[in-house]
Amino acid sequence: MVKLTIDGKKVEVEEGTTILQAAEKLEIPIPTLCYHPLLEPYAACRVCMVELKGETCKLVPSCNTKVAEGMEIETKSERAVKARKLNLELIMARAPAAEKVQELAKEMGIEKTRFEIIDPDEKCILCGLCVRTCEEIVGANAISFANRGKDRMVFTPYGEPSEACIGCTACAFFCPTEAITFEDIHKRLVVHEEMELGPSTAVRVPIRQAVPMVPFIDEDSCIHFKTGECKICERVCEKEAINHEMEDEEIEVEVGSIILASGFKSFDASRIPAYGYGRYENVITALEFEKLVNASGPTSGKILMTNGNEPQAVGIVHCVGSRDKKYNEYCSRVCCMYSLKFAHLLKEKTNAEVYDFYIDMRCFGKGYEEFYHRLMKEGTNFIRGRVSEVTDMPLTEKEEGKLIIRVEDTLLGEIRRIPVDMVILATGLEPGIDQNEIAKVFNISCSQDSFFLERHPKLAPVSTFSDGIFLAGACQSPKDIPDTVAQAGAAASQALALADKGTFELEPITAVINEELCAGCQLCVSLCPFTAINYNAEKGISEINDALCKGCGTCVSACPSGASQQKHFRDEQIFAEIEGIFIE
Amino acid sequence: MTHENFEPKLVGFLCTWCSYTGADLAGTARMDYAPNMRVIRVMCSGRVDPQFVLKAFKEGADGVLISGCHPGDCHYQEGNYKALRRHRLLSKLLEQLGIEKERFRLEWVSAAEGAKFQKVCNEFTEEIRNMGPLNLNGGIHEQAKA
Amino acid sequence: MSKQKPKVAFYWCASCGGCEEAVVDLAEDILKVVEAVDIVFWPVALDFKKSDVEAMEDGSIAVSFINGAVRLSEQEEMVKLLRQKSQLVVAFGSCSHLGGIPGLGNFWNKESIFRRAYETTPSTDNPDKTVPLEQTEVDGKVLTLPKFYDTVYALHQVIDVDYYLPGCAPPKDLIMNAVGAILEGKLPPRGSVLSPNKSLCDDCDRNDSKPEKLSITEIKRPWEVIIDAEKCFLAQGIICMGPATRTGCGERCIEANMPCRGCFGPTDQVFDQGAKFLSAIASILDTDDEKEIEKLVDSIDDPAGTFYRFSLPASILRRKRMETIQ
Repeated sequence: MVKLTIDGKKVEVEEGTTILQAAEKLEIPIPTLCYHPLLEPYAACRVCMVELKGETCKLVPSCNTKVAEGMEIETKSERAVKARKLNLELIMARAPAAEKVQELAKEMGIEKTRFEIIDPDEKCILCGLCVRTCEEIVGANAISFANRGKDRMVFTPYGEPSEACIGCTACAFFCPTEAITFEDIHKRLVVHEEMELGPSTAVRVPIRQAVPMVPFIDEDSCIHFKTGECKICERVCEKEAINHEMEDEEIEVEVGSIILASGFKSFDASRIPAYGYGRYENVITALEFEKLVNASGPTSGKILMTNGNEPQAVGIVHCVGSRDKKYNEYCSRVCCMYSLKFAHLLKEKTNAEVYDFYIDMRCFGKGYEEFYHRLMKEGTNFIRGRVSEVTDMPLTEKEEGKLIIRVEDTLLGEIRRIPVDMVILATGLEPGIDQNEIAKVFNISCSQDSFFLERHPKLAPVSTFSDGIFLAGACQSPKDIPDTVAQAGAAASQALALADKGTFELEPITAVINEELCAGCQLCVSLCPFTAINYNAEKGISEINDALCKGCGTCVSACPSGASQQKHFRDEQIFAEIEGIFIE
Repeated sequence: MTHENFEPKLVGFLCTWCSYTGADLAGTARMDYAPNMRVIRVMCSGRVDPQFVLKAFKEGADGVLISGCHPGDCHYQEGNYKALRRHRLLSKLLEQLGIEKERFRLEWVSAAEGAKFQKVCNEFTEEIRNMGPLNLNGGIHEQAKA
Repeated sequence: MSKQKPKVAFYWCASCGGCEEAVVDLAEDILKVVEAVDIVFWPVALDFKKSDVEAMEDGSIAVSFINGAVRLSEQEEMVKLLRQKSQLVVAFGSCSHLGGIPGLGNFWNKESIFRRAYETTPSTDNPDKTVPLEQTEVDGKVLTLPKFYDTVYALHQVIDVDYYLPGCAPPKDLIMNAVGAILEGKLPPRGSVLSPNKSLCDDCDRNDSKPEKLSITEIKRPWEVIIDAEKCFLAQGIICMGPATRTGCGERCIEANMPCRGCFGPTDQVFDQGAKFLSAIASILDTDDEKEIEKLVDSIDDPAGTFYRFSLPASILRRKRMETIQ
């Protein structure tokens, strides 16, 4: 340990600590520009100058000067402050457009630089944070300094787009003066690209409502998995919870019952080309609108078009992919109500005219019809008819620059063209893509539309044909949140009831082999898919394990000597049934 | 040959998981279909013993249907394959005994296929109606036993 | 002798005569039988007339052993007469028990059989197409022949039968056991088959040679292969009715390296031997592919004749549908 004094306060720090870090410990502020705790000190800006007292009595940059035993440091001495100011003035002249520099100057009482300004738009202070980030953290070495003196600049080799750049945007992230920005790198539009529910950072929680609320590393976006470097997250995580070497593993868990809640897939709106999704950037899906209107979304909840303006007119198209024999014949149940909610939010947040195109308004739940009436009062325009097309081909001046929704208004009995700025497609709910595979794994069935089939539509809507497997939510049929919560609660209680009982009732329909009659021909042994039948060589008979037998009766009908019978489905019983049905 | 006044008697052995449920669905969905099928529920199409089929014909059935889950979908994994094997061999044996193979059907009807069950019932009924009654007991000298 | 010996009758219906042979094959043991009983009627060996039987008091015969199936009105008449005169009737051998080989005639009817027998066999020279008639006038006198039925019957389909002695023909030990039981009055419940109620595999030496999972990939007929004398026939792809056939025969065929043909009939729990065996063999066909299944099924020649070789008249359907016989 090293003992030293800063501004008269004594402090003990580890060897190798810099003066800046020691001062931080004492909560003594020292201004910095080119310093970042995650990067090696560079001492380029020299606004962190402090005075070293004692024999040498000299000025040193605090960011890269290591502490020594008995050091006495003054951070606010006249010499130190003067040096800082001078250095900052030089930086101000170099990068007059850098806001952070201006702020710092204000703090330090500098009004104006006395030096000549060459480029009033320059932001780069040549602190080297971007270059060091690219080298030390990313490991890509895509940018570096070029030239010397007043011509010094951050540059890619030969000024061409660098092949070494992996597009991680870390340089922009570390740049203290916004000399490098996101937009510069990606040349992208701010609003709608962000609406994708896709990645924003490589370390993130899957969705905001995720349970458990634990972040994960997206290997496809993570710099470490591209260059082998970075691991910043590992360095800053005080809990040491991050481990890049961890691999995906399959875990086997033994359970007594399973609740399937595999959810749904949103209808892919681009399957209906006439609606223009994917062609017109202001045609968006319901989920995208949901993200757009979310306060924590990319526009902080503002409803904006791709050009950043508020729409003047918005069309909401119902039944996209639902109630349509070409796509899905069923009603997706939730779209009418969320569309009404959208209309309400649009009215609340914008001055836009809202058009709602519906086939039938299905407001089936508690308070739903009332909500619909409220919307009508709020002035939403409801147009009854299926939208045939969304186009950007204007026929009149009024339609110029607009998206035009073509629809047959079935109440007026005429074709209408409604010009709007934004179209929201109320996409329906579809079964998950691997629904049938999941069904096979759990030995359950799917109904014709590929949603999981419940045991009975009225009497057993939560259980399946496989005992101990229950259904919850949209994997069984499209349903809204209250219905999903109700079904999930029912599924959980059924599963709990099983666990609470601790025992499981077998169906009393298993096969039994009569020892007296079995000749041990073993034909049945190979027929049992559950390996419930064993040949007992000692007794010379086949035996059925009651716990394994599921009671299909295949072995019974194959037993050539009639020694095997199925309880409640005995040969005689079925024979009697056959006789019975022919009694006139 | 016309059999206009002939109402075929059909027996259907339906597996409880798929076809019986499918038939139930046809019912709850109020689908209209020929009332000629008399249904016997079994746990699996693999439980259908050829003896049951012969017995049904003997008792007066003009046609017999075995219906189970689609291949690969059996609730008991492979009972329906056993039914398929037996159906093919039994059809051959029935033909030797003068019972046309059209009178003995095997159909896969899933629990979701109420409409298919309806179609199967209607088609089978019409087919058997066109074929006419089975008249199985001719030639047996019933007075033989005193 | 104070006690009269029990009276015994033997009768022969539609059969090959093998069952009569089986009685003779008792060899010295027949002397024991003869010593214990009084044979009052045995047309094949001794000269008795129908009128002799008619003259007997009802129930005066202790037991009638009747072999052969019932195909003619004469046979029907005789078995009914014997039933009336006997305390017990034992169906002796496969033909009376199940219909037997003559029962295969149920794939045909009278007309088609007559046409074949009296017209179309290559060795027949019958330009006038003369066939036996029930009544024929010769010199002003009427000659009669018994009626030939369309269908062959097992004995129990014509009269009530008390016991069944299975087999084609019944083996010696079963006959002696049955006779002993009758003489001693130690009889099982009426209607019993006098042989163990288990299938042949129970006694078959080859049962232990079965693989863990018995399945058939190819059906072979006995003449197509050299049969492994140690190995289960089914495991060799050869159709063996053993699993669906009652045991007690002494595995005579198996020992001769021939598969079981099913002459002992089914066990008590089985209604239809052929259907049950069909179910078993179809179940172990080793494929789930529809085409492959049909190929395998095609390779079984004559399943009805094979599975019902001895039991067609006693099966559920009993015969081929009349209107489909050419």
